[in-house]
Amino acid sequence: MSSQEVSPTLSAGETRQPGRMAMTAVNFTGATIERIAVQTPVQTRLRNAKYTRGLSDRGIAWLFITPTIALLLAINIFPLIWMIRLSFTSLNLSMSYLPLRFVGLENYSDILTDDDVWIRLQTTARFVICSVALQVVIGFGLALLINRQFRTHSFWTTIILLPMMLSPAVVGNFWTLLFQPQIGPFNYVIGLFTGIPPSSFSMTGEVALAPWTIVLVDSWMWAPYVMLICLAGLRSIPDYIYEAAEVDRASSWRQFWSITLPMVMPFLMLAVLFRAIENFKMFDMVNLLTSGGPGSTTELVSITLKRAAFEKWQTGYSSALAIILFVTVFGAANIYVKVLNRVKQR
Amino acid sequence: MTAAAKSTAHSVVEASPRVKGFAGAFVVLYAVVAILPLVWIGATAFKSQSDAIAYPPKVIFQPTLEGYVNLFTVRTRQTSDFIASLPPATTWYDKLVRNHDMVIAGPSKVVPRFVNSLVIGFGSTFLAVLLGTLAAYAFSRFRIPLADDLLFFILSTRMMPPVAVAIPIYLMYRQLNLTDTKIGMILLYTAVNVSLAVWLLKGFIDEIPREYEEAALVDGYTRLQALRKVVLPQAVTGIAATAIFCLIFSWNEYAFAVLLTSGDAQTMPPFIPFIIGEGGQDWPAVAAATTLFVIPIVLFTIVLRRHLLRGITFGAVRK
Amino acid sequence: MRKSETGKWSKWMGGALTLFAGVALTALASQPAAAQGKQLTLCWAAWDPANALVELGKDFTKESGIEMKYEFVPWTSYADRFLNELNSHGKLCDLIIGDSQWIGGAAENHWYVKLNDFFAKEHITMADFVPATVLGYSEWPKNTPNYWALPAMADAVGWTYRKDWFSRPEIQAEFKKKYGRDLAPPKSYAELKQIAEFFQGREIDGKKVYGAYIFTERGSEGITMGVTNVLYNFGFDYDNPKKPYQMQGFVNSPDAAKGLEFYKELYKCCTAPGMTNAYMQEGLDAFKSGQVAMQMNWFAFFPGLYKDPNVGGDKIGFFVNPAGPKGHFTQLGGQGISVVATSDHQEDALRYIKWFAQPKVQQKWWEIGGYSALKTVVDAPGFPKSAPFAPQFLESMAIVKDFWAEPSYAQLLLDMQKRVHDYVVADKGTAQQALDLLVKDWTKVFKEQGKEVMVQ
Repeated sequence: MSSQEVSPTLSAGETRQPGRMAMTAVNFTGATIERIAVQTPVQTRLRNAKYTRGLSDRGIAWLFITPTIALLLAINIFPLIWMIRLSFTSLNLSMSYLPLRFVGLENYSDILTDDDVWIRLQTTARFVICSVALQVVIGFGLALLINRQFRTHSFWTTIILLPMMLSPAVVGNFWTLLFQPQIGPFNYVIGLFTGIPPSSFSMTGEVALAPWTIVLVDSWMWAPYVMLICLAGLRSIPDYIYEAAEVDRASSWRQFWSITLPMVMPFLMLAVLFRAIENFKMFDMVNLLTSGGPGSTTELVSITLKRAAFEKWQTGYSSALAIILFVTVFGAANIYVKVLNRVKQR
Repeated sequence: MTAAAKSTAHSVVEASPRVKGFAGAFVVLYAVVAILPLVWIGATAFKSQSDAIAYPPKVIFQPTLEGYVNLFTVRTRQTSDFIASLPPATTWYDKLVRNHDMVIAGPSKVVPRFVNSLVIGFGSTFLAVLLGTLAAYAFSRFRIPLADDLLFFILSTRMMPPVAVAIPIYLMYRQLNLTDTKIGMILLYTAVNVSLAVWLLKGFIDEIPREYEEAALVDGYTRLQALRKVVLPQAVTGIAATAIFCLIFSWNEYAFAVLLTSGDAQTMPPFIPFIIGEGGQDWPAVAAATTLFVIPIVLFTIVLRRHLLRGITFGAVRK
Repeated sequence: MRKSETGKWSKWMGGALTLFAGVALTALASQPAAAQGKQLTLCWAAWDPANALVELGKDFTKESGIEMKYEFVPWTSYADRFLNELNSHGKLCDLIIGDSQWIGGAAENHWYVKLNDFFAKEHITMADFVPATVLGYSEWPKNTPNYWALPAMADAVGWTYRKDWFSRPEIQAEFKKKYGRDLAPPKSYAELKQIAEFFQGREIDGKKVYGAYIFTERGSEGITMGVTNVLYNFGFDYDNPKKPYQMQGFVNSPDAAKGLEFYKELYKCCTAPGMTNAYMQEGLDAFKSGQVAMQMNWFAFFPGLYKDPNVGGDKIGFFVNPAGPKGHFTQLGGQGISVVATSDHQEDALRYIKWFAQPKVQQKWWEIGGYSALKTVVDAPGFPKSAPFAPQFLESMAIVKDFWAEPSYAQLLLDMQKRVHDYVVADKGTAQQALDLLVKDWTKVFKEQGKEVMVQ
């Protein structure tokens, strides 16, 4: 085909089945196009096409890209650079009458030697790992079940999708009502099924339970996300492979391990990547559900950052923390994408 | 599927009715359990204040529209004598409020907040889709140097925690007098959305065969005319889908909104969790606000079902 | 979709999108209507007294013709929102009723207008106000005659209790049998704990009730404002009275640790379930729904509670924060009203303050639900009878003690929130450890602020 540039690194799972590029996927509007398509041969006459009236191709390309890049530079990159500079200062907005000092790497060393910060990072890591794992299990499981294509499955799929479409902040807020030991239904339902008295435990208030509570609510919201992706992966596996396996009399279990799992793996990994990034950034849902409590057991690193930056107004310190977080996530995502690409190549 | 596959009872390709039944049962069970919290919240919107915080929680209750009325009004508590001295209540909501020894003192802020959500949501979506379409077209059709890196850079701008990004933006906006302005929020959301828009639209535009443009170019159209007459009409579905995804992000966004707005430009997500009643949160009003706020998104989800997968994975996965 | 449908649908979507974009941009471009006539914006927290102030403000508008606009924010976001506003030199507020602890930051950062000259000109003397309120709400540096606010809302932590339960003969009899004394509002924390234990889990009117409600909120200032009521009375002090900022041995003395342990014991033994992040509103909920026998809360809410149809009137009683082994104090609340330095209407704002300081306005303020700090109001002979909680209020205002009001107050507060909540609710470490870590935290903050901190 014509000059198709290298597909970007993240187009995983792109199952370009032969013949896909045909007309079926394209919508025709207007008679003009049909006329052109019918009358003019579709052979590439690129050479002629490059020299058109008006702006040259290169001009247009840059004209089209520049606003986007400029906006991103202004809103993302310039502030990032400013933040790097701030991270070397002692700026505190609530004590702006104090003279501004350049403190070099003091903020960074403060952060990296602070036990509390490491604990927050651990809390965040545990949250990311547990929630993504749970979502993968539930999502993949649901996808496998839905893939059986029982009747009304598309209706129920839509129902399952609903939690995902809510604002995480609003979700965190109303789950505090649902988790109230006295007035919320959650404890009562658990009490109904297990006989544990509803007022004897508090999902958001107990040290042992709170970390699992945030995992639970997050998975309630996002397991459908993983489910959708796995569903796409499952549906991309051509039937003939399964048929061939049938002919070879492979058991269903064997088929699952050798066919289904490997072919869905790139999709799963993509889902894991996106969910992990999102949960690393998580702030709104957890802040409204537990305020990082009890104590600091569910205080994710974004919550610490928000408190340092917007409640204590320690701008310099929090800038350093933000830079550290960015480097961490960027580095991790980079590594992961490379692994993902290698899996995709298989 | 071949006939042979269809007839095999144990084929993985087409499950047996028994397997389908089991699968169906599990999925329905999960769906029902997963939807229950939302049903509870929807019901809470129709409870009275005391029913909403009753213990044990009430499953059967007398429905009332108090939650919705409380959401839209600001009330003050008065003594019964004072209320008796007022002219009699005319509208149904006045009567409802008077029953609790309260008087409506004016409209609440929910409508301006909802309008803010609309304005900021649609404004940033429009800009993001506009910029995104142009950039996506360029990435798709032209050989841009370092295209891969640029695209990854565009994607990576979404990896930063919003709280982190908000720190310098807050300072920047203070200098530029953009804090708590709709324009400031629109700019910010556009910048965040444009990454999603570029990735999605590139995927959509990639799927449009180049032959049509090239034919148009051969016919003497300029690039821009080819873009307008040939590509855009075919990309409209993709553009619409992208627009809705950008809208959903701006609609539900909380971190930037709560840190950078407080009044004029405040949207619904920072507003809803702080709807306070007389003591504690006004849960029926909060539930009412949640319900109203989610309706557009639910509608969009149903409209968007075909493109949902593509949208939530930045265009990386297409059905 | 078929060809024609697609065309129509896409055209429709395109049209809708453009329409909405147009609406959005137009709404954006339209400026809000310019304010007609004179106007002042007053910023405060959203609670009962604020509603009362709105009522009161109508008199001001009648007298002066200046319209009052209000910006009220829930307590949980009050500090965030307005410190943010002040920080950014915003123009939203002309008058602000800022929390007492902000006074240091406000003075040093020149957020408020200094009022000394204004008071002198208008013959407003600080001696006319309750000394504790002048110290707490107006002065910075403390104990110097530099005034940055007029005491507007006198407040302190107090307690309410279910008088109707306390007066039931069978309950009284059982209590007397168990503890050998009459059931009455507690005068010491030991007594309070006994009463709380007595009521914990008891069945009253067919429902299980609990002993006490105390502050445990993590996010803003809740648990600190609760625990200090106990700490002060067990011997906790912020620093050496003779040597400012020397905290070692005063913040983390063994007595202070005992006080912190007591608060935790009270929390664990005698409170309602699920109160792990509870502050003012949850307390009102718990008390009004009949869940607890005694409630810790701010006096500001007592007028509303007294009027409550379910638990007010004869059913409710009030008592002062009980004493401890080493002292009798209660946590100061309340705010002063200040003029924001970046306001464009300072003249009008000062006029409001002058009007507000008048004795007759202060009297009306007390009557409609606010708490005046003017001596002529609270020292009037009829005052103790004017409301069932008035005597307790008077007593409390005489024994108030406040948190740090330093410019770095937010950091000091958040450090204490963390350490106390970690220990009391999240069971982390011991009380002594929590307080030791707190001293470390606070030392760091003060060093940043440039204070000489003695650490031994």
